[in-house]
Amino acid sequence: MSVTGSTRALRDGARLNPWLAAWLAALVATLLVYQLRDAWPWAVRYPRAWNVPLSVWISDFMKWLINDFDLGLFTFKELTRSLSWLLDWPLVTAKGLLSSGFSFSSDPSASIVVERVSWVALIGVVAVMGYKAGNWRLALLVGGCFGYLAVFGQWDSAMVTLSSIVIAVPLGVALGLFVGIAGFRWRRFEAAITPILDLMQTVPVFAYLVPILFLFGFGPVAAMIATIIYATPPMVRVTMLALRQVPDEVVEFGRMAGCTSRQLLWKVQIPSAQPGLMVGVNQVIMLSLNMVIIASMIGAGGLGFDVLSSLRRLSIGQGLEAGIAITLLAIALDRLSQAFANRPPPEHRRQELSWAARHPYLLSALGILVVAWAIGLVWPAMHIYPETLEITTGAFWEELVEYINVNFFDELEAVKTWLLLHVLIPVKRFLLQLPWVAVIALLALAGFQLGGWRLALLVACLAGFIAVTGQWAKSMVTVYLCGLSVMFAALIGVPVGIWAARNERAHRVVQVVIDTLQTLPSFVYLIPVVMLFRVGDFSAMIAIVAYAVAPAVRYTDHGIRQVPPHLIEAARAMGCTRRQILWRVQIPLALPEIMLGINQTIMMALAMLVITALVGTRDLGQEVYIALTKADTGRGIVAGVSVAFIAIIADRLIAAWATRRKRELGLA
Amino acid sequence: MATQEQSGSEAGASSGKVAAKTAKLTCSGVWKVFGQGAKEFLARRGTAPNAAELTGAGLIGAVRDAGLEVGEGEIFVIMGLSGSGKSTLVRCLSRLIEPTAGAIFFEDQDLLKTSEKEMIELRRHKMGMVFQHFALLPHLTVLGNVAFPLEVQGVDRETRKRRALEVIELVGLQGREAYYPRELSGGQQQRVGIARSLAVEPEIWFLDEPFSALDPLIRREMQDEFLRLQNVLRKTIVFITHDFDEAIRLADRIAIMQDGAIIQIGTPEALVLDPATDYVAEFTKEIPRAKVLSAQAVMSPLGDGEVPSGGVPWDTKVADLAEQLVDSEADLAVLDAGGRPVGRLERRAVLDVLVGRKSGS
Repeated sequence: MSVTGSTRALRDGARLNPWLAAWLAALVATLLVYQLRDAWPWAVRYPRAWNVPLSVWISDFMKWLINDFDLGLFTFKELTRSLSWLLDWPLVTAKGLLSSGFSFSSDPSASIVVERVSWVALIGVVAVMGYKAGNWRLALLVGGCFGYLAVFGQWDSAMVTLSSIVIAVPLGVALGLFVGIAGFRWRRFEAAITPILDLMQTVPVFAYLVPILFLFGFGPVAAMIATIIYATPPMVRVTMLALRQVPDEVVEFGRMAGCTSRQLLWKVQIPSAQPGLMVGVNQVIMLSLNMVIIASMIGAGGLGFDVLSSLRRLSIGQGLEAGIAITLLAIALDRLSQAFANRPPPEHRRQELSWAARHPYLLSALGILVVAWAIGLVWPAMHIYPETLEITTGAFWEELVEYINVNFFDELEAVKTWLLLHVLIPVKRFLLQLPWVAVIALLALAGFQLGGWRLALLVACLAGFIAVTGQWAKSMVTVYLCGLSVMFAALIGVPVGIWAARNERAHRVVQVVIDTLQTLPSFVYLIPVVMLFRVGDFSAMIAIVAYAVAPAVRYTDHGIRQVPPHLIEAARAMGCTRRQILWRVQIPLALPEIMLGINQTIMMALAMLVITALVGTRDLGQEVYIALTKADTGRGIVAGVSVAFIAIIADRLIAAWATRRKRELGLA
Repeated sequence: MATQEQSGSEAGASSGKVAAKTAKLTCSGVWKVFGQGAKEFLARRGTAPNAAELTGAGLIGAVRDAGLEVGEGEIFVIMGLSGSGKSTLVRCLSRLIEPTAGAIFFEDQDLLKTSEKEMIELRRHKMGMVFQHFALLPHLTVLGNVAFPLEVQGVDRETRKRRALEVIELVGLQGREAYYPRELSGGQQQRVGIARSLAVEPEIWFLDEPFSALDPLIRREMQDEFLRLQNVLRKTIVFITHDFDEAIRLADRIAIMQDGAIIQIGTPEALVLDPATDYVAEFTKEIPRAKVLSAQAVMSPLGDGEVPSGGVPWDTKVADLAEQLVDSEADLAVLDAGGRPVGRLERRAVLDVLVGRKSGS
């Protein structure tokens, strides 16, 4: 920001730019405060005595809620209990169907057993769904992904994960839809939920787990509640957006046809908004999957638990196999739901067809289920993939990692040590020694310059919250790790984006890679990193960079592509070389968009950062993780909210800059 | 700005065409002002504010003091350029938008005092509307779209299918019942829109620029189709357009809007003969007068001389009688509705109109 200030100062010649003066003064003041650190130690390091024990208050409140809060007819505890009970039985049913089967009887020797859905049948059904939503290639892809689960012995865990998703997704979609409709109907309700949604989408996933663990205990139901809460916000947003985008004329038609407001909503607005809503459904599915994996920490079980336990045991092969299973499950679910979302609207057909002829896919799916079940009665391999035929690659991966570690240990270690000594540690020290008073003041100054006093106040208050609740030092470690990761992600992502924007073939390849990267649950990124670099800040940073690089690439690519073609033609007509066009025309005009990509990268980096607490970082993420293991609600929430506030500060400042710059360039 | 009522400035014969019929839809003093505190601002002011005063108060007057009367069975066209407030006015008339002030009567019913529930009933049974961009529901077939207004009324499946098929046939879309909107051309989609609005047999039919989104050739075809339908159905119609040619072609009477106000209401003939302002004159300038003016507009008094042998009805357009006049080589008599001669058509006056020269000068 001071860069724009200084260029302006140059342009204005001798006249001193007031912003430049302000920034110089602020920097001098910062230095002064630092020099006076012995006289005013409180200004550099936030005094412990000033801490507001917010986390203690929250914990006490939660304890009161669970132990003493009485809603009149029933207590709060009874409420959570009955909610758990209510959610438990669909979950048990889904698990029975997909994973464990049912057995009915009081006498175990003569129990009636209903087997779970056979693996052959399920592969068949998802392939039919793939064919219905897309084409035979999708059918093959989806069938193949599920086939991997069976052949590589991941079926049981994957079905536990899948059964959670099968229940969580419809509930999340329904909840999101209803809240979204309410927000659409009542502006005031929307104004009330928007900041909550903002916060929910920036608070790191672990932070959700803590209060839920406290309220609902450890187990699959608690994990599912966390999953639903985590996956719902985008559906709420998408619902409000999609309903707003229904053309006015269509709504007017509905009213002229004499619809009541209920008819208008369910017969006109929601069907017209359906393509948009399907995008939300896809997001709910992907977020649910991400969360179900992470929620293995509070008892979700399934693939996430496999990864978690093998990470803890450093059993690379098993972890990787489970990780690949998660990846394939994610890809299958993503492609399938996207294909359903993008399905072209129906074509007309003859009316007189029978019901059976109109539902060929449903019938064939049912047929597959019945036939497989019948065969399964005489041939058990239909139900449970025979163990003797399972393939495991665990040993192979372990050998590969061992090979790399034996043969390239020195090189890897040298890179790691050099970066740690010359980049990571100095930056960390520098940030930790910055006076907190000065940091808040500088943030406020930036806010004031970019968005006026409101933004300045917001930024200062959020940063102040972090200091006051005693999170300053940990926050600085978070900022350091996140900042460096984002820098590396930008250094990799922006050039790749530029390359993709200027080369069609590169664009297609990059697109596929990025799509895949963005489908992967964050957990998966930890596995290869830990294999090669073990635990610590460096491993965390690599995982974060890998996870967060996608938006930097995507936005850069998009930003450069959206530069108006007539400007490029004009530049070419003036005789610019390709390089000049890039540096003088495309990059300056794409910069606001690129910055929005960096903004997304920051958000994703912060989300990943907290998960890297599993590989031993010492920042706010660790704080949340510790809170989770101790079920210390207050501590977890305060640290989680602090992470969210860092995200919001970065988001608001960058967004304000990008909006202003776009306006200046006439792009918005 | 005063509204200039001009429906029958010439002979009684002309006004007799509409004034004899009862008014179906009337409105007076209708305002739609956007902005905070618009209602209070209008109420506080005794006299009507002009555009500058509204802007000064931070308000936008989309419709200003509009008044009009639509007779039963009449095609009433509201014509104006984009931003003139014509679409807002028609939405006020159907109460899709709540007017800031004014009175709107549908027959004897004050629409602005009608409850939301009664309004729904009214729209279900007595109003139909066609939209510029068709506003078809993408997830329903042609049949589903056309039957939709009946469906929300709770009409049973068989009845609504029968009725929908009737109107689909009326607009010439038989055989396409099972198609989805995106499988149809623009002209066909608007036919669906028209069929859908007719399914409930409305008494008043609003058409908001129904043909503006179509190609010129298709537009022409649809206008003919529309006139054919109206010949059969005899609906009371409020038709919005920005195309003056279209207005002339279709209208019984036209209201011209500018900056939210109605500046003139009259038959196409009256507008061409006697434009109220330069703005209106600008529109009428390019219009071929022979196609607008009728025999009675160019006739001269019978005088004492002999009544010409040949005769034409008073409302024949000049363009249509030219050939007859050229063939007869003599003047023609103009006949009123009862077949009695009321005036004389001089060859010279007709030729003046045909070549576009101002008559009488």
